[in-house]
Amino acid sequence: MTMRNATQKLSYLQAIVEAQREEMRRDERVILMGEDIAVYGAQSLFDEFDNKRLRNTPISENSFVGVGVGAALTGLRPIVDLTIASFCYLASDQIINQAAKLRFMTGAQLAVPLVVRTSTFYNNRTAAQHADRPYPLFMNTPGLKVLAPSTASDAKGLLKAAIRDDDPVVIFEDINLWGKKEEVPTDEDFLVPIGKAAVRREGGDVTIVSIAGCLPHALSAADALAKDGVEAEVIDLRTIVPLDKETILTSVAKTGRLIVADNSHKVGSVASEIAAVVSEEGFESLKRPIQRVAAPQVHVPYNAALEKRLFVSKDRIIDAVRAIT
Amino acid sequence: MPLDRAQQLEMFRRMLRIRLFEEALIAHNPVGHLSIGQEGAIAGACMALRDDDYVTGTHRSHGHPIGKGAEIGPLMAEIFGKRTGICKGLGGSMHLTDTKLGLICESAIVGGGFPLATGAGLSAQVRGSDQVSLCFFGDGAVNQGTFSESVNMGAVWKLPVIYFCENNGYAVTTPVEKSHGQPEIARRADGYGIPGVVVDGQDAEAVHAVTLEAVERARAGEGPTLIEAKTYRFDEHSNRLAIPIEYRSKEEIEHHRNERDPITLYRAVLQTRDLLSEIEAIEAEVRTTIDEAVEFAKASPEPEMSDLWDSMYVNPISAPAGEGEL
Ligand SMILES: Cc1ncc(C[n+]2csc(CCOP(=O)(O)OP(=O)(O)O)c2C)c(N)n1
Ligand SMILES: [Mg+2]
Repeated sequence: MTMRNATQKLSYLQAIVEAQREEMRRDERVILMGEDIAVYGAQSLFDEFDNKRLRNTPISENSFVGVGVGAALTGLRPIVDLTIASFCYLASDQIINQAAKLRFMTGAQLAVPLVVRTSTFYNNRTAAQHADRPYPLFMNTPGLKVLAPSTASDAKGLLKAAIRDDDPVVIFEDINLWGKKEEVPTDEDFLVPIGKAAVRREGGDVTIVSIAGCLPHALSAADALAKDGVEAEVIDLRTIVPLDKETILTSVAKTGRLIVADNSHKVGSVASEIAAVVSEEGFESLKRPIQRVAAPQVHVPYNAALEKRLFVSKDRIIDAVRAIT
Repeated sequence: MPLDRAQQLEMFRRMLRIRLFEEALIAHNPVGHLSIGQEGAIAGACMALRDDDYVTGTHRSHGHPIGKGAEIGPLMAEIFGKRTGICKGLGGSMHLTDTKLGLICESAIVGGGFPLATGAGLSAQVRGSDQVSLCFFGDGAVNQGTFSESVNMGAVWKLPVIYFCENNGYAVTTPVEKSHGQPEIARRADGYGIPGVVVDGQDAEAVHAVTLEAVERARAGEGPTLIEAKTYRFDEHSNRLAIPIEYRSKEEIEHHRNERDPITLYRAVLQTRDLLSEIEAIEAEVRTTIDEAVEFAKASPEPEMSDLWDSMYVNPISAPAGEGEL
């Protein structure tokens, strides 16, 4: 047994491996599948667990996600590692047409306790076919839960919560955060609740809602703004579906101003949905127009300097705040 | 083991239930893709399975649960879109999934069932259970990428899966010879290193025998088998679809209806075994079952808007304010 309040210094990626190890130890129904999973952090799991529960799959994204769905329907709790989020498109049939819909279409006869893990590989000079952040696509798919952790503790606690959840969960891991280390709870029952955003910094002048890898930029923007007397409240969304409207609306009621920082493409983004929700349900609180800081509608270029300019930065957030304060 | 008398009669009963169930649909609620003509392949395969074995099916979904032995009333009510339907009226004709009998999906996405059946086989293997998983699919589905991807995984991991093709010769209007570079489907098995078997799908006992052999291989840990049952659909691709071209000849259809009807053929076999009075009793019984199912379906209530929200998640996300009442 580990101590209740004990912690261990782990990177975001190590935290993910530990979450899987703990859940595989705790529940023999948990299995892990994916292409070359040892390469993506799971090598130490091979020393501990049976090959039956760790499957290096052929390069067959749609089918190995579907194999995970079939196994989830029949008594296992599979974690399927789709490595890079741009590969979601190959598996989108099984994620959207099967995993998300089977419970509904069978009149709730079935449950799909599946976790699909995938990482957003942007700012890494991989160019347009490897760098997508496609979580808005899955936000638009009823039947899924969609997570985007931005700290090592959340990566661990949300993944563990996802594995224990009885519904299909897609979790987007941000590679720009992989190396970030922090003290992470070692308690095997440390879970981060699905559907709860976290207020990372309090402030009364403007609300910044941040998604995944935008968080470090949002926090440094808030520090810089504070020097000029503007106090920003920073909300780390953590869960995309179900959306924690309450935390966002409560903050906007206090600040009257909203910035949403989202590295997905701006049109139809998570930021767009949050802006719509606040317009519908919090319009009276707003003093100025909502600002979305997101990637423009162009593809991700190979050139590193140009690539970086597409994504959310401290300066872009500060500019957006300036425009409405 | 060959089927004993009681099992032979049960197989006949299931074939007849499929036929009369669908004839009732034509009369009362003309929706869906009918399995009339394919009952021998479906019932023959299902009779080789245990109740706790898994099955995935297709858009042509009525035969699979009936073949597996499902209760008829909830299936009929589902077609009528009623709340008492097996899927609460949310799934409908292409998706008659009765999980009590191991059915885990009827996929209207052609080829969608291959990974799910393969995953159910993987699950049985990981759990150390001796259950097997049988995947029904059409000749057209063989050209989906999921066929190749999934059969390969089944073979690599020696999963207890039976890939069972109901080859009715056509995908909507496209004949097998015009869409497969190599039209002998069973031969595809060689590409994955598993056995491939062809069987006359109109001969229910022959189908049962080859499926049983595949099931025994699977239970023994020897991996998947690909079975190609040559069959024929007597009616149009879908009950609701008017097809403007003649893609198969009237003579071909009449030949199959008159000479190759799996129910007529099996009835004649059972008659030679002196089972006529039993057959006649089953025929009367099945007629009653179907009539009662139609009455049950008609009298059943419609689902409510709240049933949609209630069927979405196990750990629910509450209906967003206002949306539950839409
Ligand atoms: C992915 C996908 N593509 C196309 C269709 C439309 N469609 C429905 S059934 C069908 C033909 C399927 O042929 P086959 O697999 O031989 O099954 P059969 O209808 O003969 O039983 C097609 C093209 C579909 N439902 N799903
Ligand atoms: Mg066909």
